[in-house]
Amino acid sequence: MELVNEQTQKKVVVSMRGIVKKFPGVLANDAVDFELIEGEVHALLGENGAGKSTLMNILAGLYRPEAGTISIRGKAVSFNSPKDAIQAGIGMVHQHFMLVPSQSVTENILLGLDEPRFRLRLREYEQKVVELGERFGLHVDPRAKVWQLSVGEQQRVEILKMLYRGAQVLIMDEPTAVLAPTEIEDLFKTLHSMAAEDQSIIFISHKLQEVLEISDRVTVLRRGKVTASGIPLINTTRAELARLMVDREVLFRLEKKAVEAGDKVLEVQDIRAENDRGLPALREMSLNVRAGEIVGLAGVAGNGQRELAEVITGLRKITGGKILVHGEDLTNKPVKTGIRRGISHIPEDRTHVGTAGNLSITDNTIMKNYNQPPIGQRWVVNAVLANKYAEDLQKAYDIVVPSIKTPVRLLSGGNLQRVILAREISSQPSLLVAVQPTRGLDVGAIEGVQRLLLAQREAGAAILLISEELEELLSLSDRIYVIYEGKIMGEVLDGDIEKIGMMMTGTPMKDIEARGSK
Amino acid sequence: MDLIIILQAGVASGTVLLFATIGEIFTERSGVLNLGIEGMMLVGAMTSFSITLKTGNPWLGVVAAMAAAGLISQIHAFITVTLQADQVVSGLSVSFLGTGLSLVLGEGLSKAGTVSLLPSFSIPYLSQIPLLGPVFFTKQSVLVYIGYLVFPLCWYFINKTRPGMHLRAVGEYPAAADALGINVYRLRYLYVFVGGMFSGVAGATISLAVSPGWFSELTTAGQGWIAVGLVIFAQWNPLRAAVGSYVFGALRRLILDIQGPLLLFGLPNPFYYNPYYGFFLQMIPYAFTIIVLILGSREAMRKRMGAPAALGLPYIRGQRGL
Repeated sequence: MELVNEQTQKKVVVSMRGIVKKFPGVLANDAVDFELIEGEVHALLGENGAGKSTLMNILAGLYRPEAGTISIRGKAVSFNSPKDAIQAGIGMVHQHFMLVPSQSVTENILLGLDEPRFRLRLREYEQKVVELGERFGLHVDPRAKVWQLSVGEQQRVEILKMLYRGAQVLIMDEPTAVLAPTEIEDLFKTLHSMAAEDQSIIFISHKLQEVLEISDRVTVLRRGKVTASGIPLINTTRAELARLMVDREVLFRLEKKAVEAGDKVLEVQDIRAENDRGLPALREMSLNVRAGEIVGLAGVAGNGQRELAEVITGLRKITGGKILVHGEDLTNKPVKTGIRRGISHIPEDRTHVGTAGNLSITDNTIMKNYNQPPIGQRWVVNAVLANKYAEDLQKAYDIVVPSIKTPVRLLSGGNLQRVILAREISSQPSLLVAVQPTRGLDVGAIEGVQRLLLAQREAGAAILLISEELEELLSLSDRIYVIYEGKIMGEVLDGDIEKIGMMMTGTPMKDIEARGSK
Repeated sequence: MDLIIILQAGVASGTVLLFATIGEIFTERSGVLNLGIEGMMLVGAMTSFSITLKTGNPWLGVVAAMAAAGLISQIHAFITVTLQADQVVSGLSVSFLGTGLSLVLGEGLSKAGTVSLLPSFSIPYLSQIPLLGPVFFTKQSVLVYIGYLVFPLCWYFINKTRPGMHLRAVGEYPAAADALGINVYRLRYLYVFVGGMFSGVAGATISLAVSPGWFSELTTAGQGWIAVGLVIFAQWNPLRAAVGSYVFGALRRLILDIQGPLLLFGLPNPFYYNPYYGFFLQMIPYAFTIIVLILGSREAMRKRMGAPAALGLPYIRGQRGL
């Protein structure tokens, strides 16, 4: 029997009732109800660790709930694997794309299917992929290898993969976190065209503005419980939603005190560097950061931001140019020298570069000063002092864990980032390189991280903030550089979004000015 | 010293390397490094020789070699796929195990005399082609001809078929394959087994065709290790593996044969008069292997050469970053 939603008189596609899911020490979902109707974009909103992803991983067949029922179009179902869910028409696009980089777009779409039986006959299937893409406005070259694609294109491949399998319900886990502004627009167009064909979309997000823009209804989760169930988004304000998410008022604009910028701390002069594949990633780029200022670096992902951060912190060799810190030449010096000169690094990859997953919070927080007194005494580490140090940081930075002996791989994204921040900021850096410091964090945690960065600025640190979040760059930075294909396109002092956007797509500042004066 | 004869023997000798290298390509493409080739080849060589001796049927010997070496490979699969232990350590122990087993079980085989070998023949018409004919298509063992068919077929299988696509996916990004319902564990067991069977055939190629007989660990004389290096040299591509294998086979023959004649290019042969020069020559393939392995173990180099991204990493479902 098919259910019908009372308010909208539309068919109910997915109905989840009383879902309970426990993880060691956490109740991730506490009797959660969720209902999805045909042809809607339904936002699932909540802080990190609120249980959004857990709930959707249950629907996608990755986890099994301890209690509760799921029905698809009125039929009770029980999924043992993602394959079962896909067969029932439910496809999930994960935050980390599940694509094989060395294979072509078409191969990735065909992966795991029973057709073709043996010979791949890619030409034939490439045509099908193109046709499917045209229907939903998902343009991507079916023969391109996935590693050659931009993040936005990779996301399109993921969506195509699910559509090709006949998904009626598409779960998108934080889809905009990795996209440039124009790509977000394209994605929203696609989602609307899918909804118009009676597909249903679940949009997991913590970005309020986007939720308001794209979705028809919203379900809000807070600490594993539903605080708003399927409310229509017409007449709902950003502030109301924020309150439902975090049960306290959230400041959207942080107060930024006037700080006089001091001497140049970081000077990068005409540097060149290669990426992991040996292709040029940085091509003769220069920039500088002064004490007491936050300098933003805007750009679409993959234009050399990661390599720049690695070069400055000493993790990657440069093939040309110079890097000066406090006037001292640190070009191709070991990481340790940089650390001793007061460089701190908040890396993009928290789980591999930022922390050592199997080590405890204590070990991760003392990583930079374990060999310095008082914690390091000649060749021994004073465990008592180390633990005390970690406990102090845990309190000061509000890291929520059962014990400081917990391995950090068990921490949520927000807590993990706080561990990194605790370590990097407690060393009182004179230069802080922060790459995507708030990516994937919830509103509450983002505010915390941004406050810490501003506090460092007031304390006189020079901060290079590399981010793909324009809003964040605009609200925090004193100046913004824009990077495109490893080159600085220009510098913006007044936060002119239009100029930044043009430079992000490859128009140098001097061309923009030349056009403006005509 | 006739160049044609050296090349002809080189192709036969290269067939051994070809089978071993192709087998390891399958295994590594699924994300498992198996350093036990040398041991598995010895098991294959010993088994095929002794079964042929008992039954008089060399084909039974080949099948038994595949089964025996495949069986040994499953120990490696169990340790690395199911128990998720270190693949290098497990591979080394499999190599020692295979070597030891074949020495113990092959005790006395070296004095067993001759067995009936796999047939050798020339291919009509093809053997008439100048230069290529005598080298590739004249009086070669049937296994050599099978080798010519195997490497293009393997290339086709890996790159152009659905199971081949799944194999590549499992070795590149097992989590993606798993999310789409591909059984990563099963495929890895399967391709470790396939690699084992190829090693077995490589061993049988020695004892029943190229240099017939059982000479304990000198039967393979480290060719399993050369195959490990050739996989990297071949960039995990069966076509390049064929080129590498035949070139190396020829090189091995050349090094052996160059020590024979008294005169070389009309001058006294230094390799004949001074055996130490000969040892130096014999070292070259192994030195090459070590250099390739060192280069191949560098992360950046691996990426550039297209090594399977998940090679050497156990797959644990739900673990981040894999």
